[in-house]
Amino acid sequence: MAQTPSSEARAGLKLISPPALYAILMLAAPLATVLVYSVLTGERGRVSLPLTLENYYDLVTRPVYSALMFRSLTVSFFVTLATVLLAYPIAYFVSFHVAPSRKALWLFLITIPFWTSYIIRVALWRTILGYDGIFDSVVMGLGITDTQPNILSNGVLSIIITLAHAYAPFAVLPIFVSLEKVDRSLLEAGQDLGESRLMTFLRVTLPLSLPGVVAAVLIVFIPTVGDYVTPELIGGGKTPMIANLMEVAMLKQRDQALGSAIAVAAMTIVALISVFFVLWNKRYLGGRK
Amino acid sequence: MKQGTGLGVYAVIYLVFLYAPILILPVFALNDSQVVAFPLKGFTTRWFGEMWADANLRSALLRSLVIAFSTATIATILGLFAARASVRYRFPGKPAAMGLIMLPMVLPDIVVAMALLIVLLSLSVPLSMLTIIMGHVLLCMPFAVAILTSAFQSLDRSLEEAALDLGESRAATFRLIILPLVMPGIIASFLICFTISIDEFVLANFLGSGKPVLSVYIFGQFRFPAKVPSMLALGTLLVLFSIILLGIAEYFRRRGVAKAGGKDSGGFL
Repeated sequence: MAQTPSSEARAGLKLISPPALYAILMLAAPLATVLVYSVLTGERGRVSLPLTLENYYDLVTRPVYSALMFRSLTVSFFVTLATVLLAYPIAYFVSFHVAPSRKALWLFLITIPFWTSYIIRVALWRTILGYDGIFDSVVMGLGITDTQPNILSNGVLSIIITLAHAYAPFAVLPIFVSLEKVDRSLLEAGQDLGESRLMTFLRVTLPLSLPGVVAAVLIVFIPTVGDYVTPELIGGGKTPMIANLMEVAMLKQRDQALGSAIAVAAMTIVALISVFFVLWNKRYLGGRK
Repeated sequence: MKQGTGLGVYAVIYLVFLYAPILILPVFALNDSQVVAFPLKGFTTRWFGEMWADANLRSALLRSLVIAFSTATIATILGLFAARASVRYRFPGKPAAMGLIMLPMVLPDIVVAMALLIVLLSLSVPLSMLTIIMGHVLLCMPFAVAILTSAFQSLDRSLEEAALDLGESRAATFRLIILPLVMPGIIASFLICFTISIDEFVLANFLGSGKPVLSVYIFGQFRFPAKVPSMLALGTLLVLFSIILLGIAEYFRRRGVAKAGGKDSGGFL
């Protein structure tokens, strides 16, 4: 049943069209609408012509926007740093020290917490970190300190802890996949040639696993910049991030144009940072098979 | 491998950190005190009773179940199309189409929610359970595609060719040969999408009408300290439920891999 390229292409296009059309209608078109709305004038739930850069001008000139964007980026930076640094040894352990037959079980164990209600998990961190909460009562019970640490009063720190916990599996999996691809004979070769274990790791394993690290960084960094639930529940709304500002503009002020402009600006900044990060690591990505 | 032990200890500590909130959940759901703190006051099941007596919660749960069931069905069917096309065929525009389908996996939920909301409002579509389902399908499709792609990848193409050579039609080949072989992947995809939809909050909050679904209801209740213990009781049940569903999903995923004679590379994502 040899298929000519064109009939294969036709069959493929026919198959892909339902999901692709769905994604175009429900995602591409709405995102394009957001882009258009961001250069319109919005008030009380309506948008109107003429085209204007007023919304973006607002974003640049009013300090609250850049302050919250900066806070979002800072939080994401530390969350990404923490998740990736903590995840690498785990991915390494499962890939190199766990028997092949039990790797799937370990990965399953690591991913389970991710699949359990996010709202409940965030709320639990609040009760763990809060004044007289679980962390406080344990620390004081052990006699480490006399006063409640009350980590929750530090909004940014508690948001970082909560998000780092939530995104942990996202960082482990890509790193694990890239470590699995590392050709084990290269490591033996390195050690046969007289390198120490540490040097073999630094000069062979680590560079070869960097594509996974880059993927992990992006998959954690991008969604955390736009996280909405954690600042809302953890900070009690007192430590808002950029996503909360989008919600206020959209639902409370009902200024869809401004909300769109915030979204476009935030996503552009995130995309630029991601592209720079990928380019910066370019020499480790691709190429070697 | 001596140096593995240090890493092993770290791995255990890491798992404890991951599971800490989930393990704390049942402890305080069964603790006889409104205040969520040590020391424990005593054993009680009254929070579970209080939770179940809440009629608003029951109707929110019902809405969530309907939404999750519809979402999982639609997302898995669309995922089947996309995964089959991506594994089996080469066609122009494939990277762009697959990229767009997988995009919600990395986009912040709030951006997806906002974009959809703007379009729905501008078309004067009333917000309802249907609009939540529309959003959830978009969000779940990448996960369905990822699971089903690996199911199709481990499929031996010669089986399909044999059936065609023996005179079966394309439709019959798909129904009799391919579908049974990828069935474990389909079940796994359905269960994962179901779990995601039940838990999802941002889209459910933005795209829903005044009647809350379960996640939105829970979110609202956490503002009242008196409600926290019964929400923890509910959370305990939800976590148990998720773990059971995921265990079943994992079982089918592995059986699917074994059935097709593949090597288990592990993991859902």
